[in-house]
Amino acid sequence: MENDATDDVTAGPVPDNAPAVDAVGVTAEADHGGGLSFHPLDQFIVRPLFGDAGAPVHWYTITNATLWMALAVLCVFALLVLATRGRNIVPSRGQSVAELAYGFIHKMVEDVAGKDALRFFPYIFTLFLFILFANFLALIPMSFSPTSHIAVTAVLALAVFVTVTVVGFVKNGTKFLDLFWVSSAPLALRPVLAVIEVISYFVRPLSHSVRLAGSIMAGHAVLKVFAGFAALTIAAPLSIIGVVAIYGLEVLVAAIQAYVFTILTCVYLKDALHPHH
Amino acid sequence: MEGDILVLADTGKFIGAGLAAIGAGAAAIGVGNVAGNFLAGALRNPSAAGAQTATLFIGIAFAEALGIFAFLVSLLLMFAV
Repeated sequence: MENDATDDVTAGPVPDNAPAVDAVGVTAEADHGGGLSFHPLDQFIVRPLFGDAGAPVHWYTITNATLWMALAVLCVFALLVLATRGRNIVPSRGQSVAELAYGFIHKMVEDVAGKDALRFFPYIFTLFLFILFANFLALIPMSFSPTSHIAVTAVLALAVFVTVTVVGFVKNGTKFLDLFWVSSAPLALRPVLAVIEVISYFVRPLSHSVRLAGSIMAGHAVLKVFAGFAALTIAAPLSIIGVVAIYGLEVLVAAIQAYVFTILTCVYLKDALHPHH
Repeated sequence: MEGDILVLADTGKFIGAGLAAIGAGAAAIGVGNVAGNFLAGALRNPSAAGAQTATLFIGIAFAEALGIFAFLVSLLLMFAV
């Protein structure tokens, strides 16, 4: 076998020409064997930022994921603090972008979750801007996309899930459980619906996080697959057209996924504040 | 002999992952249905369409969620099983 050296990181024996892939989809770079000059999933490897690239990653290690999340926070800071510093009546370009984003999310929270949800507007706006900038910064070539990792999006989604559940119980007490007891349905049907509602409630953080991570990860992998075609001279024009087209789509997806994550947070919040069907 | 069984299990894993990916296509049909019906309605009554874009995205997100579960199953088969 040509890839004996990488066998110890895989769960079982791998076919001779398969790249070695470990449990989180991280590919060993050493041996590819395939036709591509790089593996499309290599871009998602979390590496320590300083020192040896192969060094083990602990929870406190500063990695490329840390760097790009910090850059996303810096961009949000630049947009909301530095750009609006003038507080002009006729806003500058940066200030009007900040105001547009603020107004957009403010209206969305009010429309979807109701007026009493506006207390949570700062949280929802923070979520939106962080995901938006993390997605956009990930589109810079050679950068790293933190939102393509389920570890990152799962923390965001679990934070929303815990917040919503706690708010629901604090605000409504045990009446919050009405959410699972559909009073508009016939009595005989209610226990069945209750089971379905409970399952769908607890599956929320899963779909909430995997939606974001999945679309960003899949989009970036497709970009790299098209880029990999450039190694073949015949396929190079296809590669350029493909990369440009997919890149345009990815800009759209980056914004839409941030929007969808935020609007679903609002929907969940509405359920917590008004649990009656 | 044991190696053969492991290779067979590996093969089944990948076949299963491919089958699970069909679910993503089914979700695509669902999302297309939502968006298409929204467009049909919006063209009939454009003045009411603007207020319903949030509902559109919520509908798309819920239709998409089931495709995501299919995607998750194939990811689990590929990398975790």
